[in-house]
Amino acid sequence: MDFAFTDEQVMIAETARAFFAENATSARTRRAMAADGIDRELWAAFCQDLGFAGVGIAEEFGGAGLGMVEFACIAEAAGTHVAALPLLGLATAARGIAAGGTAAQREKWLSRILSGEAVAANAGKWHVERQGNYLSGSFDFAPHGNIADVFVVSATGGSWLIERDAAGLKIEAPVTMDQTRPLATLHMDRVLGEPLADHLGAVKAMHSGGWICLAAEALGGAQACLDRTVAYAKERIQFGRPIGSFQAYKHRLADMMVEIEQARSAVYWAACAVDETSDEGPLALHAAKSFCADAFFKCAGDMIQLHGGIGFTWEHDAHLYFKRARSIQTLRAPGNWHREEIAKIILGDAA
Amino acid sequence: MKLGFSPAEEAFRTEAADWLNTQMAGPFKDIKGITTLTEKAERRKEWEQHLGEHGWGCIGWPKAWGGRDATIAQQVIFAEEYARAGVPGRVNHIGIELAGPTILTFGTEAQKARFLPGIAKGQTIFCQGFSEPGAGSDLASVRTKGRLETIDGVKYWVVNGQKIWTSLAHISDWIFVVTRTEEGSRGPKGLSFLMMDMAQPGIEIRPIQQINGDAEFNETFFTDARCAEDSIIGAPGEGWKIAMGLLAFERGVSTLGQQMAFRNELDEIIAAAKRNGSAADPLIRQRIAKAEIGLRLMRYGALRMLSNRDHSRMDGAALTYKIQWASWRRNLGELAMDVLGQAGEVTGGDGYRWGTLPNLFLYARADTIYGGTNQIQRNLIAERGLGLPREPRGDA
Ligand SMILES: Cc1cc2nc3c(=O)[nH]c(=O)nc-3n(C[C@H](O)[C@H](O)[C@H](O)COP(=O)(O)OP(=O)(O)OC[C@H]3O[C@@H](n4cnc5c(N)ncnc54)[C@H](O)[C@@H]3O)c2cc1C
Repeated sequence: MDFAFTDEQVMIAETARAFFAENATSARTRRAMAADGIDRELWAAFCQDLGFAGVGIAEEFGGAGLGMVEFACIAEAAGTHVAALPLLGLATAARGIAAGGTAAQREKWLSRILSGEAVAANAGKWHVERQGNYLSGSFDFAPHGNIADVFVVSATGGSWLIERDAAGLKIEAPVTMDQTRPLATLHMDRVLGEPLADHLGAVKAMHSGGWICLAAEALGGAQACLDRTVAYAKERIQFGRPIGSFQAYKHRLADMMVEIEQARSAVYWAACAVDETSDEGPLALHAAKSFCADAFFKCAGDMIQLHGGIGFTWEHDAHLYFKRARSIQTLRAPGNWHREEIAKIILGDAA
Repeated sequence: MKLGFSPAEEAFRTEAADWLNTQMAGPFKDIKGITTLTEKAERRKEWEQHLGEHGWGCIGWPKAWGGRDATIAQQVIFAEEYARAGVPGRVNHIGIELAGPTILTFGTEAQKARFLPGIAKGQTIFCQGFSEPGAGSDLASVRTKGRLETIDGVKYWVVNGQKIWTSLAHISDWIFVVTRTEEGSRGPKGLSFLMMDMAQPGIEIRPIQQINGDAEFNETFFTDARCAEDSIIGAPGEGWKIAMGLLAFERGVSTLGQQMAFRNELDEIIAAAKRNGSAADPLIRQRIAKAEIGLRLMRYGALRMLSNRDHSRMDGAALTYKIQWASWRRNLGELAMDVLGQAGEVTGGDGYRWGTLPNLFLYARADTIYGGTNQIQRNLIAERGLGLPREPRGDA
């Protein structure tokens, strides 16, 4: 038992922090927001220069090895800057292919996804009928589905790979509140999916990867909300003193820190539990996803309040965090669902 | 980063669990499952001594002082198994968690030899004399006076004044007190940290009844009470530094044992919810799940702070720990009552004595007060953790 980062983990986290701080600037993110929600140059550097896309994916599949702890360090740093990247697709679809794809699917897709040449996405809610591997209906709200080259989708009894140009697939990309992660709906009219070899294995990997990614992004985002608000609290003067000297204001910041410290424990607990295949895995994942999303939302909301009018402007970054936080709360199931899963583990079914 | 325990650590777990379970099934069956600090205090002093005799008293301490030099992982394991076995809390927790580490850190070799073995063997029970009627959150305004006097050719510290809220003073052998030893000094300057024998005519205690009917804390009056000149920890005037060092020890390994007690409380709520059907109520399910999450995060927060090797600064997990657990437990008490319904509001026995869950509901109101109130915790987090301006001080 040693719940502290190793030197290597510290190094990865520092590299990731420096990379995003330098490159995922507000100006660049906003350019991506005004276009299709991805900073392609940033993604290319992330995948190729740093080789980060392969973290958490076995070397035999072309990944960098390492585990979810290291992946979480990277996702946390990405979340700190609300980077406009298809990171969630990587954490889900790529991990799904690695865990459950056929040899041919891994061969064909993983190196292209990990190098950034192809963007992968996983769709959320499904309303489909299937006849064999022909799927009709829709998959709703696929993050970065607007620009993905390949989708991994799951429905009862199966998971499939679907390419963007598959016959019968129409992608609808509505304007999304969080413009750093646009959601798209896949409309399917007898689309032929290419089945994965191990459906349940893929789903499990996509769940753990997705929940840890979101929880870690939320942690980074929440910490950024606190740090930026603390900086403002020290410089903004009202009633002849820094606003950060008012106790009501200080206490709200302290409460943010209390939530964030718990979120930090949650993220790395869940990541360790997955890496160590501990029995606590499911509980840890549901706890991390639900707790971190709520902590981030609270911090982002407080960030707006504690900045006053400037916090309500388009110009200030507070709304980027606020919208990202809201989207993380609902992505891959809302908090109540995760807490009910925990209730089932400890209390049994409700009825 | 690694959460699992090694085979050697698991073997230690088995050894500790076996020993504890054997004691709770045999010679100390009568104290198993007690959850308050005052019940059967005399038997629990015997339990302290029994632990000490078998080398389980203070396992994290150096062997020379009655400990086992146990690693952090072993201390974690022992704390977990201790509560899992239904062993009641340590009546000498103030000696073990506060006085002992303070002496280990700031005491002279002679003081270590004088006090530590007695604490490790369960023979010296300590209480804490910090708060006064006029000095609560603002501890630096203590007025109890200490003066070095020569009596029959021997130098003593002579103490006059009053402490209040002294937990377990009525069963304690020794008390450590923060006194003002520099005439006319103010605030944190001029304070000293003294160890005093409770068995003397100059110290008088009066119990104070609490909202749960129990009387765990007391008023403690000092009238020309004495201790030997070398009973001062640190130098005269260093009392504030030592008192602040001591408060940091409250966030040590002992928190894990406390968490296991919380685990037992939450399990009792879960059992009650299953019994009376409230486990099917979706809102209760959400709250129980939240309580479970909070408890787990407390554990991992504690493991983070124990695994932290950078002792140059207190990490965020340590700084936020007190308010986290205190608020969590207060919510737990309210959840317990909502699960029990009105059945939780009647005792079912004689006298104003409560079962575990209603008592938890009442007692938890103190958790957010002692050891630094939630408001004081927020001040500390904001000032030390976030570097915000300090609270202004009045002149009164
Ligand atoms: C069950 C129990 C056991 C205890 N055991 C011991 C013991 O063994 N030994 C011992 O020495 N003491 C003990 N205490 C005392 C405890 O440490 C004090 O009660 C605590 O420090 C608060 O002091 P106070 O009661 O004087 O309240 P006050 O300091 O008067 O506080 C009253 C209210 O004002 C608020 N307040 C005060 N200052 C500020 C500020 N700067 N900013 C915002 N709000 C503020 C507080 O948060 C609180 O809500 C115990 C208390 C309890 C309840």
